[in-house]
Amino acid sequence: MLGRLTFDAIPLYSWVAMGGAAVTVGGGLAVFLLITYLRAWKVLWTDWLTSVDHKKIGIMYVVLALVMLARGFVDALMMRAQQAIALNNDGYLPAEHFEQIFSSHGTIMIFFVAMPFLTGLINIIVPQQIGARDVAFPFLNSVSLFLTAAGAGLVLISLVIGKFSTAGWTGYPPYSGIDYNPGVGVDYWLWALIVSGVGSTMTGINFIVTIVKNRCPGMTYMRMPLFTWTALCISVLIAFAFPALTVVAAQLVLDRTLGFHFFTNGDGGNMMMFANLLWIWGHPEVYILILPAFGIFSEVVATFSRKRLFGYKSLVYATACIAILSFTVWLHHFFTMGSSANVNAVFGIATMIIAVPTGVKIFDWMFTMYRGRIEFHPSMVFTIGFMVTFVIGGVTGVLLALPPADYLMHNSTFLVAHFHNMLIPGALFGYFAGLNYWFPKAFGFKLDAKWGIRSFWFWIVGFYLAFMPLYVLGFMGMSRRMEHYADPTWQPYLIVAALGAVCILCGIICIAVQLYVSARNWGSARDTTGDPWNGRTLEWATSSPPAPYNFAILPEVRDLDAFHDMKIKGTAYQAPTSYEDIVMPKSSGLGPVLGALGFALGFAMVWYIWWLAALCLVLALVCIGIRACDDDTEYVIPASEVAAIENVRLAQITPADMHDMRDFLPRGAASGAALPGRA
Amino acid sequence: MNHSSERAASTYLTGFVLAVILTAIPFALVWGGLLTGPAVYAVIAVAAVIQVLVHLIFFLHLDLKSTPGENLFFLGFAAVLIFIMVGGSLWIMIDLHHRMM
Repeated sequence: MLGRLTFDAIPLYSWVAMGGAAVTVGGGLAVFLLITYLRAWKVLWTDWLTSVDHKKIGIMYVVLALVMLARGFVDALMMRAQQAIALNNDGYLPAEHFEQIFSSHGTIMIFFVAMPFLTGLINIIVPQQIGARDVAFPFLNSVSLFLTAAGAGLVLISLVIGKFSTAGWTGYPPYSGIDYNPGVGVDYWLWALIVSGVGSTMTGINFIVTIVKNRCPGMTYMRMPLFTWTALCISVLIAFAFPALTVVAAQLVLDRTLGFHFFTNGDGGNMMMFANLLWIWGHPEVYILILPAFGIFSEVVATFSRKRLFGYKSLVYATACIAILSFTVWLHHFFTMGSSANVNAVFGIATMIIAVPTGVKIFDWMFTMYRGRIEFHPSMVFTIGFMVTFVIGGVTGVLLALPPADYLMHNSTFLVAHFHNMLIPGALFGYFAGLNYWFPKAFGFKLDAKWGIRSFWFWIVGFYLAFMPLYVLGFMGMSRRMEHYADPTWQPYLIVAALGAVCILCGIICIAVQLYVSARNWGSARDTTGDPWNGRTLEWATSSPPAPYNFAILPEVRDLDAFHDMKIKGTAYQAPTSYEDIVMPKSSGLGPVLGALGFALGFAMVWYIWWLAALCLVLALVCIGIRACDDDTEYVIPASEVAAIENVRLAQITPADMHDMRDFLPRGAASGAALPGRA
Repeated sequence: MNHSSERAASTYLTGFVLAVILTAIPFALVWGGLLTGPAVYAVIAVAAVIQVLVHLIFFLHLDLKSTPGENLFFLGFAAVLIFIMVGGSLWIMIDLHHRMM
């Protein structure tokens, strides 16, 4: 009846594991009680969970990412604490528990922090940047969100019922095969990846179609803001790379559950094919995480330098180049698997080439800042911190791209330091910059800048403290994922790294305080114009938070910096002569239902509860059938209601709220006026 | 309207029949043991690629004249990526195979 699920699944094997389970259950209970106390269940269901509005879905994605960031960071803190004390002793974590922690840290940070964070920001902003009223497939968007949440739920529940994978976030067979890992851990990992991976794939397809088909009049490809360009490129990467992950995970499931032999030692299996397929997804994935952050940096650097983005075209071409090249380098993740020199050389050279477009971008951002009037807003500070720190990571990456050097560094903490050096400044700082930059757009009030700057300093100092020692330790020969060690010269570095992790903890607390303080003072930092930073792109033309339809009248774009152009020409904030009815998608409860079924299906497959799995599949098909037969999925906002909403908004905006655009008017020869002096 | 929907139905049916035939061939070869060795893999691969084309032409109504250039560009891009992934994987795995002998 319950497959292999018994009372033994409750983690009584260590106090630390029980503590983790208690915190998870307690946290869930606290949220449940809080919502009940606030009597918010109905509001939560009707206004949020069932909503197909891209802005609300985006906010829910970011909330999911921040919650999972806390969980993934606790894992990191526990690992740093363990390694700081485990010289010639076992520390406080049993070996198997330590393995679960590094596996879940990587899995959570990639799949359930970075992916939902960037997907959320893209959801909130991209439709507004291209002058659209929603994404191409709003219901699909909701399903994607809840499948991602279902995957995150599977990782969280593995703390309470059963164990998580001990095979690392990449889960290489044969160690992750059924012979060496008969428990449920690897199954939890696999089903979390499959369920959320399906959601990510659909997001990719959704945004390709949205950006290609839903742009407003005049928004040609070469007038799309850079964030939209990066969103388009990563949507293509998602659509092509994630199927590889889904296939390889499904193959390992077949191996583990039905006794297939794709990746086993004997019977014709080949575990090297797993590494190959995993990294065909895995390397594009790195750029899926980083490119949207590059897009955010491009928007932020132009806005807060008060200049047009330098080298827009070169940034677009660099983004597209990186997107294609990201499919040609995957073997550098397994140089040491033993390919011939020619194969390693080709992939090594391809890896070095990819540094070129990335370098182009760094120079473009620096030239944008050059002679700009830079404003040190938190998002700009994160951008500058990124540029300085990311270059170091890039240089170590080019070093690792040399196969002979990689043979020495492979699986050492040098590698760990390298990829954290790419992903923390390159991806996470970008998302934080985006959070500070676009928060007023999503909620209608600004985030507190003081706490934003504080969180930045804790993050960047903590980052250097935590990862520079790991570079050194890598040179000293420390391999990654060590539960304990016997070399006393390593310990000082590991203690410094642990202090760095504590510093980052302060950075995370600062973000929490920033959110709290800003929410408490929201009245004083309200954004009435919808354009708090004197922004340049179209998302600042909507109100903050935007009306459900974003744009009452679809805008007509004449310039790359569309909204900047409108403000200079004086066409911004003008009431149109008449409004029209707007057709919008209806909310649907099927998104959360499908997410819940995805979660139950994953859980049933992990524990071999076959009847439940079959039931979930059938119910999911029924849900899809119901949706497919439903022809009544849209509603109309009448023109009178649109006019009422817009008139209230325009009445609030006084000329004093608007930005002074006189500084931006073209002067001299560029103004087109006759120059003084004799001919 | 009626005429065009009739034509659409007939293209879908043609596509479906072709897809069934192209699926039946590999199954028949393997089940019946009619072919063995590398030849059977080659036939399966060829049948699979032809079936992809059948889907594109009969179900997605792709052709070189009426399909917008943008869509063809994306299709070409997809072909390049698939070539990189499949070709690269074959190259890597065959190279490894030789070194493991």
